[in-house]
Order: sequence, then C-alpha cells, then structure tokens
Amino acid sequence: MEITVNINGTDHTADVEPRLLLVDHIRTGAGLTGTHIGCDTTSCGVCTVLVDGTPVKSCTMLAVQADGRSVTTVEGLKTADGLHPVQQAFSDEHGLQCGFCTPAMMLVGAALIDENPAPSDDEVRWAISGNLCRCTGYMNIVKAIQSAAAAAASSNGDS
Amino acid sequence: MTDTTTTPPEIGGIGHSVKRVEDARLIEGQGNFLDDIVLPGMLHMALVRSPVAHARINGIDTEAATAVDGVLAVVTGELMDQHGLAWMPTLSGDTQAVLATDKVRYQGQEVAAVIATDPYAAADGAELVDVDYEMLDAITTPQQSLADGAALIRDEKEGQTDNLAYTWETGDEAATDAAFAAADRVVSLTTHYPRSHPSPLETCGIVADVNSVTGQATIYMTSQAPHAHRTLFALVAGLPEQNIRIVSPDIGGGFGNKVPIYPGYVVATAASLLIGQPVKWVETRTGNLISTGFGRDYYMTGELALTNEGRIQAMRVDMLSDQGAFYSDAQPTRYRAGLFHVCTGSYDFPHAHIKCRGAFTNKAPGGVAYRCSFRITEASYLIERLMQTAADELGIDPAELRLRNFIQPEQFPYETATGFVYDSGDYPTALRKALDAAGYDELRAEQAAARAEGRLVGIGIAHFTEAVGAGPAHTYDIAGLKMIDSAELRVHPTGKAILKLGVKTQGQGHETTFAQIVAEETGIPATDIKVIHGDTDDTPYGLGTYASRSTPVGGAATAMVARKIADKARHIAAHLLEAAPEDIERDADKFHVAGSPDQAVSIQDAAFAAYTNLPEGMEYGLEDVTYYNPPNLTFPYGSYVVVVDVDPETGVWKVRRMVALDDCGVRINPMIVEGQIHGGLTEGFAMSSMQWITFDDDGNCIGSNFMDYLVPTAWETPRFELLETVTPSPHHPIGAKGIGESATVGSPAAFVNAVVDALAHLGVRNIDMPVLPDRVWEAIDSAGG
Repeated sequence: MEITVNINGTDHTADVEPRLLLVDHIRTGAGLTGTHIGCDTTSCGVCTVLVDGTPVKSCTMLAVQADGRSVTTVEGLKTADGLHPVQQAFSDEHGLQCGFCTPAMMLVGAALIDENPAPSDDEVRWAISGNLCRCTGYMNIVKAIQSAAAAAASSNGDS
Repeated sequence: MTDTTTTPPEIGGIGHSVKRVEDARLIEGQGNFLDDIVLPGMLHMALVRSPVAHARINGIDTEAATAVDGVLAVVTGELMDQHGLAWMPTLSGDTQAVLATDKVRYQGQEVAAVIATDPYAAADGAELVDVDYEMLDAITTPQQSLADGAALIRDEKEGQTDNLAYTWETGDEAATDAAFAAADRVVSLTTHYPRSHPSPLETCGIVADVNSVTGQATIYMTSQAPHAHRTLFALVAGLPEQNIRIVSPDIGGGFGNKVPIYPGYVVATAASLLIGQPVKWVETRTGNLISTGFGRDYYMTGELALTNEGRIQAMRVDMLSDQGAFYSDAQPTRYRAGLFHVCTGSYDFPHAHIKCRGAFTNKAPGGVAYRCSFRITEASYLIERLMQTAADELGIDPAELRLRNFIQPEQFPYETATGFVYDSGDYPTALRKALDAAGYDELRAEQAAARAEGRLVGIGIAHFTEAVGAGPAHTYDIAGLKMIDSAELRVHPTGKAILKLGVKTQGQGHETTFAQIVAEETGIPATDIKVIHGDTDDTPYGLGTYASRSTPVGGAATAMVARKIADKARHIAAHLLEAAPEDIERDADKFHVAGSPDQAVSIQDAAFAAYTNLPEGMEYGLEDVTYYNPPNLTFPYGSYVVVVDVDPETGVWKVRRMVALDDCGVRINPMIVEGQIHGGLTEGFAMSSMQWITFDDDGNCIGSNFMDYLVPTAWETPRFELLETVTPSPHHPIGAKGIGESATVGSPAAFVNAVVDALAHLGVRNIDMPVLPDRVWEAIDSAGG
C-alpha cells in the first residue's frame, strides 16, 4: 500500500508491504542507516526514532502505521546551526564507545530535554531505561544528556 | 589523577584525554556497520536452526521453501558436504558442523540456509524448511555427560568413546598435597560460574562477495580478528589467501563474541561462491544468544591451605567445564583452560595444582573469553571468593587477610606457583587507597550496628591480577599462528601520517589512542594521524583485538614503529641542521642540536626532506612496519570495594557504593580508560546479579531474547567511583598494561563477596551467580536468619 512518511523534514512516498517494519522502511526504503537493529523483541531500543516527537522503537511499528506522520532519525538531529546539543555532549562526555546504541540514546535524550530542561540523574536513567548499552555502563550517557540539557537551556536563555 | 603527559595538548600524546575521532561519524548516524553495507545484486540469507537440542536428522524437505517468491536456493548440509564444507575446524582443534548432516547437537544449531532476494522472503523460506527430527535424549550438564552410560554426543568423531572434551592440569601436585597435609587450616569453596553471553548490541553478520570470474572473495564481516579469519578462511575453504579480503567495518561491540568463525559466515561465503552474487547474513538476536560464543560455564572447587594466622601455603583447584557440543574455545593452543592458572591471584605462596576437565553437552559451543583474557575471569573469581571464605572461616578481616598474603612491591618481577612472571605492582598501596576511599573502618562499624538492629549491610572486596596481552611467540599461538601484532606507519611529505594496525577496534577508540602513541613518539599531532584498521588488504598482519591485547601488543608495535620513524627523522634532521645524528635531541615537537635549542627543525620539516632532500645513501620515504613479539604478558590489577544493603525479607540487594581502583600502568587516554572501566564494571555487575544463560532438562535455552536474558539497563546499573594508581609495565615500550577487561574480571567477586559478607554472621559462605533475590532469601532462610 502507498504511504507517505515525513522523515527528517522530507516526505517519502512509497508502495510498501503491510508487514514492512518501520525500521526497515527507514533503513532500506529511505536509506538512512543511522537507525540500527539489535533485537527482535522491542527490548534493546537501538532502533528508537522519534515519531511526532515521541520515542518509538521502530522495529515494533509497521511502516504503514507511520503513514502521514513525522519521523526524526539521528540523521535529522543536526540543523543548519550545527550539531544538536545532545550530539555534541555525547562526544564531549565520552557517552559512546562502539556507537551502535548511540543514535537511539541521543534521540531519547533529545526528547527528554524537550520536556524536562533539567533532568536529574534518576530522571535520565528512567528515560533511557528502554535502551540498552553494553559498552559505557551508562554513567557518561547520563552525564551527556544532563550536559546537553544545560547547554540547550543556556542557549535558549541567550536567544 | 596521575599526570603522565610529556606533550602539549596540541600534540596530544600519551596522558591527554583527547576527544575521540570516531565520534564524528557515529553521532551523526554515519557509522558503517555490517548491516549498513549494500552491494549491487546482493542476496539475503536466513538460517534454519534446530528447535531441539539432540536429534537425528532423517530428512530435510526444502520444496515448500524453494517455492516461496524470491527464494533462490536452500542450502543444506548435504550440499555443503559435496563441497567438503559440512564441517569446519574450531579454534581449539575440534571440528564443528557448519550445517548439520547427521544429527543436531544443540538447540539453535544451523541446519539449512535460505537464500532470497530480500530478507523477508528469506525468513519466509526458512519457516517452510521441513526437517524430520528423530528425538534423542538431551544431556544438559557436564555431570550427566561424564556419568557412566551417558549417550555419546560426538558419535561422528573418530576415536571419541565418551563425552570428555579435554583434560588439563598444571602445577606441582605432590608439593601441593604435602602443603595441604601440613596445613593448620584448609578452606574450600564449590561454586559454578554460570554460562553467560557477551551479547553485543550488534549481532554477528557477513556480506560475502565472491567473484566467480576473478576468484576474488571480499568478505565484510563482524570480526575482532580479520587477519586470523582470512587465514582460517583460506585453510577451510581452500581459497588462495591473496584473493581473500576481509573487511571488518564499524563493530557494534564485540566482547569476545566476534572472535570465532561461525557457520553462518561459511555458508554465506559458499552461497556467494555457488550463486555468483553477494550474500548478506545478519544474525537475529535469538540466533546470537542461542548459538554463538558464550562465556564461562565452569564448575569449580577451590581449596586453600593456610596457617592459623592466615598465611596461604598452597592452592588446589578441580574444575569441570561445560563446552557444549563442540570444543571451540577461543584460546591459546597450549592451554586447554585458557589462562586459568592465573588463579593464584595477587598472593605470595609457593604451591598450586589445578586440574580441569571439559565435557561435551547438548548446548551451544563456543566458550569465548567474554571480556576476559581466556578464563582469567573465572580464575579471578575463584581466588577472590576463596579469600572471602577463608576470612570468614578463620575470623580474619578480609582486607587484613589480603594484606597478609600480598606479593610485595619489592618481589616483582614475581614468578607465581603456576609459572607466570608478574611484571610490576604495588598491591598494598592499591588496596589501602581503595579502602580509605570507601571509608572501610567506618563501614565495618556501621555493619556491626546494623546487624544489631537486624539490618544487613555487606562490604565486598576483590583484589584481582589479570594476565593479558597474549602473547610471547614462544608460548602463545592460536591454530599455530603466533600471537604477535603489528603496526605500519607512513608519514607523508607534509608531515601528516597514516597508521595501519593489525588489531581492530570494537568501540575501544583505537583511532584515537593509537594516534596518541604516535604523537608521543614522533611529535606529529594526533589530529594529523589517520588510523586504518580492519581491512586485511590495507593493514599488516595481526591476531586481532581480544584478551586485552590491543594495547599490550598492537600498542607496543605502534610505539616501536613510531620510534623507527622518529629515529630516521632524527638522522634527516641532522642532515638539515648539518650536525651529527648523535648530537640531535628530540623535543615533544621538534629536533634540535644538543646545547643549541634554536637550531631546530620540526618533524614536518624532516618528513618533507624525506621526499625532497636526503643525506646521501639514505632511502627515500618515511615509513616502516613493526611486528611486535612481546617479551611477556602484562599484569594489570585493581582493588574493588562494594557496599550493599540486603533486604532480609525479600533477598533483594542494592549496591550502595562501588569503589574501583585500577592500575593498568600508563594510561594513554584517561577519558577512554575510565569509559572502559565503567563498561567493565557494568558487565561484572550484570553477571553477578542477573545475566545468565540457562537450559531446561530438554536442552531448551532459557535466555533466547532480551526479555529472558537480562542485561542491565541504566536503571539497575550502579554508580561507580573510580580511583587509580599507575605502576608502569617495565617491559612494555610505553609502560601500558591494558584495561578493557579488568573491571569485568575483577568486579563479580566484589559484588558477590559483598552479599555473602552481609550474611556471613549467619554462617552463609556462598551464593552462586547470578545472586538473584530468591537465592539470597533461601540462603538467609536455610541459615535460620
């Protein structure tokens, strides 16, 4: 069936099988491979994207369910002004090692600081508790998201 | 933090927390992981896996699968057998089925493969492959396996009459027995280090592209050891090695899981060869958890002979390992139980004897060194748990007991009872520093007060010593390949450089830290050095990244090749400065004439001259390669202190504090080192608290997905407090020892010791990992607490 999904600001219209997973549509259909696949059971979270601003595990959503909706992937975080604060903070705080969970972690972090400009350690940990990381032990991810929140708050204050 | 820098930040040599160059692509979703690779005409493969643990195959009906729209071929063991590829050698000298021909020996074993034009069609086809299984009883423990009358699992293996995979022993049995006979006290501990799975978030995969016209095989593969894999592919498939190019792209975590060659790799390569198109196979998570390299699964009984004062006289160990259906441990050839004989730990005593047997069972094979240098995680766990047991039995404080037995700083280099020669260390300082940071004396006082109130507080200590960086060619090889490693450095006319490595990062940050080593040794800024790794056509030979060997071996090769380059540059500088080479001294970023700091040229000047203006007789260019054969292993160590609160009503325990002191010698990039420790501590916490692969009596794997196989999220993971001491390795060119696995090796005993310590006054001496609340509750209940 024909669907139109807005991915990172661009409409993608395609004729897809009803069973096609959103993650496969993003990776294969739109060719955006920053969204990863790590499990078959909605458990690991590396496929997380934002659907209308809300984190969604795209291995458990059908592409047809995203028809008419807006999807943000890691490739959509950067703007003309440069890196999203969460991207900069992940690098500055060493919040990534192998980088496989990183796109999803950053998107969850970005969605969190949109809602909560100064999340506590526990609030960050709860927000990312649907996303596994096997490398970092999470400490620097938490630090990165908090630091991004501070950077975003300070740049909002400046503007 | 210890400052070990000798270069300014703009050079970014050793000791600088340089931001990682890898991050730029990874934070923008521009990494190139295996599943991101798309080739023209690429086909997709799905594996058919056995749903049962032990069964004879009476037939495979592929007709319905072949009829699926998009399916091009179904590969079975029979077809592989026609090409001599139904079986393959393992890294431990056994053979392993690629696709089962006679019977299946574990749940998840590869039985057939479906090749299709897209992954959905391949999965549809795999569903429809109909295998006729004749069920056999499953053997699910090594104890059952070695019992009289047990069915023979490896009935195809010539000369195999029982289920014994190997036996191994080391040490002096007579001297050890004599020490035990004369001992004041003997303490013992029997425990199981359960089967765990590394489960990197990226599963294993391959894109095999065999060109039938040119014979060129380009194989993209999730490989921690691309060069070794190329050689093994050449030996197994009979392809000429020069025509095999293994490319290991960005790797989404390895932890040992991506060291072995798995059947899926071989089948996809064979399919590409037969069909003449590229074939991609990306493992499912369930496939990853139920069939690829697990870690641990050792049943261990350890004993210590002690004096009444707590001085250890000898150690005795008897072990049984569960190998699964094929003996495919990734480990040095000479050692059947890896480097388990480092189990004498950090302590000074003269005698040890270790016996080990391995048994075949109807479980997945592939005992990999999961974030571990070949069984040293099990070894470290056993000695540190035994120290806790001895402390409790003898009534000596566990910190004091360790201090009484430590190898002293002046005893290094120290030869252990099992023959390791530890390079350097100052254990008492490390432990005291960790205890002070934790506030040990106050904690013990609080514990006593808590017990009086019926609360349970535990303080767990582990002081581990690792043996990493395999290894010296005289002792260490895998499948005959000596465990050396290499680095090639090319400095271009403008002074910018390319460093090519035999080792391969999976997240450790080699592209950053190895450039820092070159920066330190040459003065070329780290940001001017591009690091290439993972492509066998473009890098010198090496055995790969596991067993914490990248820095000890590949890092040493990098330092040595950089020194060769710096030395040639010094000779060129002498020519440019019209001085004798022996009068030229090197600063962080330039060469100058001794006594005349103003008479100087930069490394960039020397590099330009290497292509434009050389002294007579010198060969043009500024590049070299080093193959490094380490003189010894390195021996990182650490002191960990964990504080837990245990709920006596539910058995739930929570980590209140985790203080981790690591001494990994010189730290190349402190930021990255601390990141490695965070990750390792988390995996140690995981194994001690939740992470295990179990099986039911029929051999069904319980833990085949992330809902049943629990790995910690941010919510459960404790916060860590890190400390350091720096005791350089005297034989490593830059004094580094390796850090990637220390925390996984050292921390499980600290967590378990903490819980056991909380219950020690009730008489509890052991709870097997994972220390689940129900196990804690039962321990309390049966102790009458």
